[in-house]
Amino acid sequence: MRNPLSDKITEVKPSGIRKFFDIVSEMKDAISLGVGEPDFDTPWHIREEGIYALEKGRTFYTSNAGLKELREEISKYIEKKQKVTYDPMKEIMVTVGGSEAIDMALRCMLNPGDEVIIPEPCYVSYVPCTKMADGVPVIINLKNENRFRLTAEELLDAITEKTKVLILAFPNNPTGAIMEKEDLEKIAKVVIEKDLYVLSDEIYSELTFTGEHVSIASLPGMRERTIMINGFSKAFAMTGWRLGYACGPELILKQMVKLHQFAIMCAPTTSQYAAVEALRNGAEDVDMMREAYNQRRRYLLHAFEEMGLPCFEPGGAFYVFPCIKEFGMTSEEFALKFLEQQRVAVVPGTAFGDCGEGFLRISYAYSLEDLKVAIGRLADFVNSLRKQ
Amino acid sequence: MREKILGIIEKNSKMDLKELAIILGESEIDVANEIAAMEADGTICGYHTLIDWEKTSIEKVSALIEVRVTPQRGQGFDNIAERIYKYPEVNSVYLMSGGYDLLVTLEGKTLKEVSSFVTNKLSTLETVLSTTTHFILKKYKDHGTIMAKKFEDTRLVVTP
Repeated sequence: MRNPLSDKITEVKPSGIRKFFDIVSEMKDAISLGVGEPDFDTPWHIREEGIYALEKGRTFYTSNAGLKELREEISKYIEKKQKVTYDPMKEIMVTVGGSEAIDMALRCMLNPGDEVIIPEPCYVSYVPCTKMADGVPVIINLKNENRFRLTAEELLDAITEKTKVLILAFPNNPTGAIMEKEDLEKIAKVVIEKDLYVLSDEIYSELTFTGEHVSIASLPGMRERTIMINGFSKAFAMTGWRLGYACGPELILKQMVKLHQFAIMCAPTTSQYAAVEALRNGAEDVDMMREAYNQRRRYLLHAFEEMGLPCFEPGGAFYVFPCIKEFGMTSEEFALKFLEQQRVAVVPGTAFGDCGEGFLRISYAYSLEDLKVAIGRLADFVNSLRKQ
Repeated sequence: MREKILGIIEKNSKMDLKELAIILGESEIDVANEIAAMEADGTICGYHTLIDWEKTSIEKVSALIEVRVTPQRGQGFDNIAERIYKYPEVNSVYLMSGGYDLLVTLEGKTLKEVSSFVTNKLSTLETVLSTTTHFILKKYKDHGTIMAKKFEDTRLVVTP
């Protein structure tokens, strides 16, 4: 029998997180700090709107690009938050989570052999999606001493004649790093000079704790070169609704909608109605959740300081990325041993790229009470290692 | 800072000063001063514990009583409200808009105890015109806390 699989898909490595998931799932009594989604339920008024849409029998396809009223709300929201204007009819599409938008954008922009610059550590899907779109991932290893921000020098070093797209994902999963306006301006200069495009994954934009989130699309000359991706999962605690969106120049969006039309049809209708409510009346919920995350972030940073665990101050998302190099173990060894001895699951930094070696991703999408218990155990573990 | 402190201790008055200071990113002294000031000016009136008495062996009956009264000249409702809230068994007294004037909540050991309070003490006050007593059968949610069920984390244990 012939091999049913394509070479491309078999060559894509499975996510490093999978292995950990399997081990932790087996342990009944383990506390997990490994979750990459909010601990809050979707605010009730948003859920109710979803229920109402079902009751009303709004159970049909929407237009391919998404409900018109949702795209209009997204347009208003982006204009208000990021100071960039997108035409809701031509420059915005609603997708099945931010993940779909990443995949669609890369597939619409890359020719075989085009290089995509991916700063790591980062979310797990950029490299596989690039490969499946026949692109070539070019990794930049971000540095702890730069607080895991991308610098213009690092970018310049990675650019070749084949470079077409730069992926920027800030606030960042797993590091919690952000890029401020001055940082982005330097990057934008290079991008324009070298005639690149940017895929800007801003899914954590609402969870920025030190100042306001700035989108690279808002900088002069960048709107036409940027696909801005965002969604409802992180800001409104709506992960299971699977709803995101992409904004960008019509030239690219038109092709993305075409592909989306063939591959997906449309994003889930119930979720789209709920999302309209989220954008219209959800601002207070977002503020409340942001404040709660920020309190936990301060608590963790303080706890690390007390146990002498080096950790740069993350400005966004809901992760901290402490350094464990002093213990002479790999991230995976550390995480496995910690899980075995203290029954707490954290994710090794290497799950997000090789340069995550020596770091852990700790999620604070947990109540302060749960965090206290888990961090108490981390302190015990760290102390026992130091005594050895 | 006041608003943030109140937001936290309204839900969890057990949190200690040090921890409050850490999660708010303020100094411990500033937080302590702020709380002391709010205690002094009566913004913070007390620290209570939310108890689900159903889980204990202690019998308790709670009631809401709608009270219609005749307001007194020059005093409005204040006088009569005071006469009612001075009873230690009374938990709260609110002046209401709508079909009645005062809403009184109280707790007693038995049904009999509550009804004897209503018939002997409350109804006999001279300005009280009528009372309607509602007994609470079950508390689902109290002070923003759902009593009926425990939070369960149904998320996948590790996700990217």
